[in-house]
Amino acid sequence: MTDLDADLVVVPRRSVGNLAGTLVVLVLAAMLVHTIVVNPRFEWDVVARYLTVEAIAAGALLTIELTVISMVLGVVLGVVLAVMRLSRNRMLAAISFGFVWFFRGTPLLIQLIFWFNLSALYPALSLGIPFGPEFVTFSANTFITPFVAAVLGLTLNEAAYMAEIVRGGLLGVDRGQTSAAQALGMSRTLTLRRVVLPQAMRIIVPPTANQTVAMLKNTSLVSVLGAAELLHSAQIIYSRTYQTIPLLIVAALWYLAMTTVLSIGQYYIERYYRRGDIGGGRIRLRRSKPAHVQIMGVPS
Amino acid sequence: MQVRGVRKSYGAVDVLRGIDLDVETGEVCCIVGPSGSGKSTLLRCINHLEKLDAGQIHVDGTLIGYRRAGRRLHELSERDAARQRSAIGMVFQQFNLFPHLTVLNNVVEAPVRVKRERPAEVQDRALLLLDRVGLRSKAHAYPAQLSGGQQQRVAIARALAMRPRLMLFDEPTSALDPELVGDVLETMRALADDGMTMIVVTHEIGFAREVGDVLVFMDDGVIVERGAPADVLAGPTEERTRVFLSKVL
Ligand SMILES: Nc1ncnc2c1ncn2[C@@H]1O[C@H](COP(=O)(O)OP(=O)(O)O)[C@@H](O)[C@H]1O
Ligand SMILES: [Mg+2]
Repeated sequence: MTDLDADLVVVPRRSVGNLAGTLVVLVLAAMLVHTIVVNPRFEWDVVARYLTVEAIAAGALLTIELTVISMVLGVVLGVVLAVMRLSRNRMLAAISFGFVWFFRGTPLLIQLIFWFNLSALYPALSLGIPFGPEFVTFSANTFITPFVAAVLGLTLNEAAYMAEIVRGGLLGVDRGQTSAAQALGMSRTLTLRRVVLPQAMRIIVPPTANQTVAMLKNTSLVSVLGAAELLHSAQIIYSRTYQTIPLLIVAALWYLAMTTVLSIGQYYIERYYRRGDIGGGRIRLRRSKPAHVQIMGVPS
Repeated sequence: MQVRGVRKSYGAVDVLRGIDLDVETGEVCCIVGPSGSGKSTLLRCINHLEKLDAGQIHVDGTLIGYRRAGRRLHELSERDAARQRSAIGMVFQQFNLFPHLTVLNNVVEAPVRVKRERPAEVQDRALLLLDRVGLRSKAHAYPAQLSGGQQQRVAIARALAMRPRLMLFDEPTSALDPELVGDVLETMRALADDGMTMIVVTHEIGFAREVGDVLVFMDDGVIVERGAPADVLAGPTEERTRVFLSKVL
């Protein structure tokens, strides 16, 4: 006969495998840390000495500048390209398509070198009426500094990727939202700005954060143009002192620190754009309570 | 409101095949009909969310979506069409509240951004409207925190905040759990009692009977039958109406 006694004690399942696995990982991690700390060839004293020298800090600053400027310009241009691509105007859509096709389809390194050598193709740049008089003319050689070439290359390449990310975000917003906004008399631009883009942001932010991290590291490609960003600053030092590994570690630590800050920023930005979600947008890893419990709990 | 000879097709599919419909000011017109008969499309044509292939629609004596020049109809600019839409309220089956805005901001958004009214004034009016639909206490909640019935009542308040002269309802209770339907219908009934001109696509035959002045049965892109709700429901003259009503009643 079944025993239907109600006050039995519930004991959670215990996993022996989990515990063993954790132990193995901890031991391996300890071994790794040990060899890195003890191996003298890492030259940790050199790392410590160069970590905050002025040349490295200046390089890091340039890296941050390039990242911020190229990312901001890239996002803005990316939004424009995405809207063009989705527009009913075939011409605009085709231009956007062509832009993405080209700048996503060629290596960033080639683009950077190309912009840097623009003066070889067009020695003089000028502003004026097409095929008519020119108002200002300047030498491409003086205009295209390594910094300008870097920003141009990074921005245009970034815009191509951002265009696709933003387009995906815009398409991810329910069509009913556009209908509702238009039914209220909102214009297309107002609908885009106030209704569609803010909702697309939830989809756009995570890959954009990824792009920013990638951008931060891609700025190291600019070292080929001789701009003294973080990696190039490290290279200048180790070409003199031959302490290659420790200086690369210095650069890596800086990149790691900067990407860590970005990840923290990403957490808060994502939370902001999820504020309308049930649970106030906090990202929960544990299973959340049933929805109706939270609805009741909302202060009104 | 007058609809005359309206036709609309998507590619090879003729969705509206010559619609004529008059709704007087203050009247409530209920539209019933099987799924796919073109009811939603007709509503979307009335506020020019869809272009017409033929025919014309007038609301309050104004031609909607087009400007007449002799025998030709030129489509209005996006801006002028938007201005016309701002005087016609629309409520959707899926509510379509803006999920990133609080309930209050959902209601305040269009009057402030579209009509450029003063935010403080609009906010007072929005709170009164939320009071009217029984949701003032939820003003600072987000849509996802409300039940479907509450969301739909906010959607009604949002449309009313633009002071529309005509309200279009597209199956406003079809996405709701049965126990939530009553509150929304009650809100709509109160609106009708206040004299609002309404066109309501619905499967709630009880609502059509009690609140509606006119009942229209649509099938396959045409209006098959129309009349006083009591008459149509009690003695449909067309076979198609009879078959449909026997399924929903
Ligand atoms: N944007 C569209 N593109 C193509 N076909 C459509 C579109 N909207 C509606 N239809 C078609 O038009 C017909 C009528 O749709 P609808 O007006 O939504 O009917 P109802 O609201 O009566 O169910 C359906 O066959 C539907 O598939
Ligand atoms: Mg429909």
